[in-house]
Amino acid sequence: MSDTAPPPVVRRHALQGRVRPPHPAAPPGFLRRHVFSLDHKVIGRQYLDLALVAVLTGMVLSWLMRFHLAYPEAALPGLGALAPNRAPNGVMTPELYLSLMTMHGTIMVFFVLTTAPFAGFGNFVLPLQVGAEDMAFPRFNMMSFWVTLAAFLVLVAAFFVPEGPPLSGWTAYAPLSAIGKDAGPGQGLGQTLWVCSIALFCVAQLLGSLNFIATTLDCRTRGMSLMRLPQSTWAWFITSVIALIAFSVLLPACILLLLDRVAGTSFFVPGGLVVSDRLQPHTGGSPLLWQHLFWFFGHPEVYIAILPGFGIVSHILPAFARKPLLGPRVVIGCMVAIGFLSYTVWGHHMFLSGMNPVSATLFSVPTLIITIPATIVTLLWIGTLYGSRLRLTTAALFCLGFVSVFVTGGMSGFFLAQPSIDTYLHGTYFVVGHFHFVMGVAAMFGIFAGVYFWFPKMYGRMLDERLGKLHFVLTLVGVYCIFMPMHYLGLAGNVRRYSAFTDDYMKGSLPLHRFITIAALFTGAVQLVFLANLIRSRLRGAKAPDNPWEATTLEWATSSPPPADNFGGHPPVVARGPNEYGVPGPTGDFVMQAAPELGEV
Amino acid sequence: MGKLFAVLVALITLVSTGIFVARIWWPPPDISTLGIGIDRQLTETMVAAGVLFVAAQLTLAVFAWRYGGRSAAHPIRVFPGGAAPMVGFAVVLVGLEIAVLTLIGTRVWSRIFLTPPAPNALAIDVQAEQFAYCFRYPGPDGKLGAVHPELMDEGSGNFFGLDPANDTAARDDIISATLEVPVGRPILLTLHAKDVGHSFYVPDLRLQQDFVPGLTIPLHFTATRATKREIVCTQLCGLGHYNMRAYLEVLPPDRFAQWLKEQSPE
Amino acid sequence: MDAVPRPAPGAAIRTGVWLGIAAIAMSFAAYTSALLVRQGGAPDWRHLRLPPLLFGNTVVLLASSATLELGRRGFGRRAPAEGRRWLRITLGLGLLFVAGQVAAWRELAAQGVYLATNPASSFFYVLTGLHALHLLGGITALGYALSRVRGPVLLPPPALDGAALYWHFMDALWLYLLGLLVLRL
Repeated sequence: MSDTAPPPVVRRHALQGRVRPPHPAAPPGFLRRHVFSLDHKVIGRQYLDLALVAVLTGMVLSWLMRFHLAYPEAALPGLGALAPNRAPNGVMTPELYLSLMTMHGTIMVFFVLTTAPFAGFGNFVLPLQVGAEDMAFPRFNMMSFWVTLAAFLVLVAAFFVPEGPPLSGWTAYAPLSAIGKDAGPGQGLGQTLWVCSIALFCVAQLLGSLNFIATTLDCRTRGMSLMRLPQSTWAWFITSVIALIAFSVLLPACILLLLDRVAGTSFFVPGGLVVSDRLQPHTGGSPLLWQHLFWFFGHPEVYIAILPGFGIVSHILPAFARKPLLGPRVVIGCMVAIGFLSYTVWGHHMFLSGMNPVSATLFSVPTLIITIPATIVTLLWIGTLYGSRLRLTTAALFCLGFVSVFVTGGMSGFFLAQPSIDTYLHGTYFVVGHFHFVMGVAAMFGIFAGVYFWFPKMYGRMLDERLGKLHFVLTLVGVYCIFMPMHYLGLAGNVRRYSAFTDDYMKGSLPLHRFITIAALFTGAVQLVFLANLIRSRLRGAKAPDNPWEATTLEWATSSPPPADNFGGHPPVVARGPNEYGVPGPTGDFVMQAAPELGEV
Repeated sequence: MGKLFAVLVALITLVSTGIFVARIWWPPPDISTLGIGIDRQLTETMVAAGVLFVAAQLTLAVFAWRYGGRSAAHPIRVFPGGAAPMVGFAVVLVGLEIAVLTLIGTRVWSRIFLTPPAPNALAIDVQAEQFAYCFRYPGPDGKLGAVHPELMDEGSGNFFGLDPANDTAARDDIISATLEVPVGRPILLTLHAKDVGHSFYVPDLRLQQDFVPGLTIPLHFTATRATKREIVCTQLCGLGHYNMRAYLEVLPPDRFAQWLKEQSPE
Repeated sequence: MDAVPRPAPGAAIRTGVWLGIAAIAMSFAAYTSALLVRQGGAPDWRHLRLPPLLFGNTVVLLASSATLELGRRGFGRRAPAEGRRWLRITLGLGLLFVAGQVAAWRELAAQGVYLATNPASSFFYVLTGLHALHLLGGITALGYALSRVRGPVLLPPPALDGAALYWHFMDALWLYLLGLLVLRL
């Protein structure tokens, strides 16, 4: 490239293709700038704010459930007033417990674990990392957020309808979810709202993932070849491909379920069912069809939640280890392999569902094979630490924590992937412990790492590191105290989704349940430290420099926070990959992706 | 901070593993002929996963301890051999483990779910409903009556929707709220649901199988010991799910024959 | 070696439309597998006598793809007025197809065949209804593209290419669905 004037900025707009002059200033007006903004940075922060509201809601629900499990007869002050007919005198009814459980799962999986690591961070960081001014289709991007918000509001509305939220779990197995209020309280309007919410969510995520893919492929700045993309962008890109396919299948499933509920069709409901003493007016539907469609989405959804965490850790760890990621191409290859394999394993949720037992063995093999790329990536993270000069910031600590909890969650997956062992452990707390570690806690640690890492770029202020480290240590101990004992419960045959343990053999598990409840209340309370840190730092945190972590990627080559068009009208030109750590550079032991002589602003 | 992290991770690892090894929480004693295969598979997986778990966590802890907060005076070093040993380790070792576990596990699985029941198996019909199990024995004629959903009526006790007036096979069907089986004789259950999905789980038998509305699913086992254990539901079926259970009573053969006789409607 | 050229304007639109096509194809693949499972698993499937009007609608839709190409060629030959005329005809044919589909549904309803009558009719209404809904999206996109080619136009905008690609896909999807319904697999 010449070293004369920087190249003109080409702005491509949704459905428009005209060449436009750059617009360095944000649009005027509070609404256009902060609410109905087309700016990916604003939309990314909106997603993260939504996820924060959702995660606090989901956490409070889990507190209520945990309290009831440990003290089934105790009254919760205030609960009786909130839901008089579902918690008489403040003691939770079984149906309220199941409603809370359903809402906890749905809110966490969709509105936290999908929106935060994927839609939230992806939106804020991905265009910066590829050197784009914005997403490929900013209008779709804005629509994607608002539809997600609408989906969340529709879901939460289920709390306020007379019979309350649905009680069929986040998997909404038919026919329980398909036959209306005969199946139980909350299965009327509450369940209909649930289906509508998830369908809306699918639409939103389809728009979002389409945008991510197009942006990664077509909006990269000069010099940003695919192999120079940071690991995190690769992860969001692969996740988008998975999401595009997964939500394309969940949406039809939701539409068919909705028709079964409101239009009297029989896609998922067989004939001859007698529910609440009433013969149901359906014929010939297949409950297993719902399970197949749901898990064809549902298992890839696990990777939609966790792969961004892979990307975030692979991106952040080298920046604090001050050395290149070990085997960066291998990590990308493994993520691609995991994405591919994620579509071949959905049946491992259905070993005991009544499907052909031969297919159980067929689904088991790819499930076990997924552990190979997952093991490789884990080893590469650990190997990256070897011989490093590890800077133990909060973000780095959460990366280490991520590796630890991911290993733990992966190990229990090894048990459940085998049909013969699943015969015993399926439907027990072993499964609850497993997926909370691998999908809940690991993904959350990825989110925390991302927050501590990118907060300075998002808000121009640093988070408090002392509070951050306190938050990390207490959270790490807390999550192990909550979720590790669940494996013991599962081994002892303790069944999940029970609002109380009245069975003789399960009564003995009560002390362990009390321990878990105390740990859950404690760990939840610890999150107040995080919340306080967010609020305090946003208002009064130390001013953030452009590149506080001495990182190499493009998001650190612009101001904190970046201008409305990201690079002030001078898109960076990329000269090298993101992995130049531990090498002599102009400003330290690293060289940024945009070479200073070409990318100067 | 690196040292604190290392100590915490090491402690968590050792305590968690210790509790597994001590078997404080463990499956109840096996009372079936096929459970031993599952138990062996579980133990083998526990050892393999446990070794990997401890090794990975402790390596992580050691690296955090050693390399955490190192100054610029220390040279940066690449892991010996780079990424290749990692890939090789994972592919060969984990691959081998997967192959072995699949090979053994598939045999265990197929003995339970892919092997037809013995020809002399005692057939028992099981119906699951919100929130109870109902068991039906064919009676002296060895035949079960047909199920008519439109005739199901809790009030009159016609749980299965039988039509004894027109259906001779249905007249001598024995209905029971507990699952009574003789020791040592193969049992063939046929599972069907009246309303929504349910599951049949007896931890002591190491046996679990969903009920799917619209399908009849066979499940066979042989109990080895006279005892009384709980059958619980593991498929979310509605508000009473937590309370859906029945008892499995394994009787000596003579006592079972006597029970059957007492139940006959004649 | 380090100068990866920025893609031409419109590349993102093309990519976006292809991704949209992939997603829609995937969702119809899901409906198809649902149909096959549902049809194979239960004795209550009664095949539908398809309204003959569907075949007329098919001709209309195929014609619309042809007129769309004539329109694009008009822009290519620097005859934008001609191009716009053909695009308007295309839009008209698209709307005619949707109207024809509505007429076919009414014909079935007059015979007493509704959404919930039996699984075959459920799938019929769902598949044709969703196709019509997606085609309405195509009509909107084409209308938008048409609004972008007012005045003297040297080159058709990328939006028109994108809309045309989507439109042809709607044709192909319809032929696929018609085949699925006619062949009674």
